[in-house]
Amino acid sequence: MSLLIRPEDMQKELVEELNEWSEGSLIKCMDCGLCSSSCHSGRKASMSVRKIVRLARLGYKGLLDMKELWMCTTCYACYDRCPRKVNTVDVIIKLRNKVFEEKKALEPHKRVAKLFAEYGHSVPISDEVKALRKELGLPELPPTVHSYPGALAEVKRIIEKTGFTKLL
Amino acid sequence: MTMTYAFFLGCIMPNRYPGIEVASRKVAEALGIKLVDMPGASCCPAPGVIRSFSVMTWLTVAARNLLIAEELKAPIAVVCNGCYATLKEASELLRERPEYLSEVNEILAATTGKKYHGTTEVVHLCYEIYEKIGAEKIKGLVKRPFNAVAAVHYGCHILRPARKGRIDDPEDPKFLDQLVEALGAKSVYYKDKLMCCGAGGGVRSGLLDIALDYTQEKVLNAKRAGADFIVDICPFCHLQFDRGQGEIESKRNIKLGLPVLHWMQMAALSLGLATPREIGLHAQVISADPLLRKIGLG
Repeated sequence: MSLLIRPEDMQKELVEELNEWSEGSLIKCMDCGLCSSSCHSGRKASMSVRKIVRLARLGYKGLLDMKELWMCTTCYACYDRCPRKVNTVDVIIKLRNKVFEEKKALEPHKRVAKLFAEYGHSVPISDEVKALRKELGLPELPPTVHSYPGALAEVKRIIEKTGFTKLL
Repeated sequence: MTMTYAFFLGCIMPNRYPGIEVASRKVAEALGIKLVDMPGASCCPAPGVIRSFSVMTWLTVAARNLLIAEELKAPIAVVCNGCYATLKEASELLRERPEYLSEVNEILAATTGKKYHGTTEVVHLCYEIYEKIGAEKIKGLVKRPFNAVAAVHYGCHILRPARKGRIDDPEDPKFLDQLVEALGAKSVYYKDKLMCCGAGGGVRSGLLDIALDYTQEKVLNAKRAGADFIVDICPFCHLQFDRGQGEIESKRNIKLGLPVLHWMQMAALSLGLATPREIGLHAQVISADPLLRKIGLG
């Protein structure tokens, strides 16, 4: 897919922010494509790390609306193989944080975020697994926030204080 | 001296595959490793989803988990690559970047009244067993040789980011193959052995079909190479292979049926520490029966 990028679509501030976050590595990209040739999501879906990094390098703000941003499994193959040591995955994570700040996250991700904010576990216990734990000789609830209300309250305060709750 | 660790459970093991928790506790005990519970620990939080939503929330909640182990004066042991990724990366960031440590401690002071000093070490228990006890010694403890062909799945975050110093050679790792063969199984070479399971980075929760494409390809590659089962060291990969195969079978009308074992489950069986039922194999989506018959346990 070709993409026409107009000057008004490019933000220097975005390049600077992403570059600083990537420890100055983003602007070292030489667009060689080794990242994309290492990427398994690239074989299976429309994802191209090369394109994401290139558009980040240009400060293309439309990146935040691209579904491809969410196709990365964070396997780090591109990150380790990049000959210019660009912190590719870190750039993707930062862009994803910005998507959340703009409240454009995918619905299922919002659901996981809400579970985490409510239970302190992204994957909380279910009745079925409580019964299985008991059958296997384990306590019904693990010795985590699930068993300690005071600990869960601490985690919830951290979640609130770091601004996570506002994003939901 | 006894090896003592703060045992970090995470989410998926205790809340979806408790059989892996039983197996890990039994294997540790048999090897003279003391696992101390971490009361009130939470989600690590997940390096894919939660870190993608807010790095600062991710880092601060991770610091609280690291702090629980710091108070116990023990290194953290995990049996999940996701928990390993988060806790290892967070522990390094907080040790090497004083500005992050002070920001996190300001939040921890206001929310928990505690302070993290940046001292907690993080290990993956399977690798710790390999390094500190060794495959040869494990081999000597085997009561029931695992006479079957294994498709070894390392998972991503035990090996990468290698640039930040993770375990083994990310392009040609050996330790898990050796641990698996120590139990009597044969580790088969299969196409794209080091490929991701597909679940990470929020892909499973956000874009399930892409995650299942990974899983389908890996499982088919393993089966074509003659594998009797897949062995992992991560409950999230485990869930993706077990539930994922079920999802592929029902959505795509393809029969896969490759049994899935965490190395701890495999070791618990091989070392004669548990029955298949005691480590929850009967509760998994994909039946382990063909494998269990092959190794004389079915």
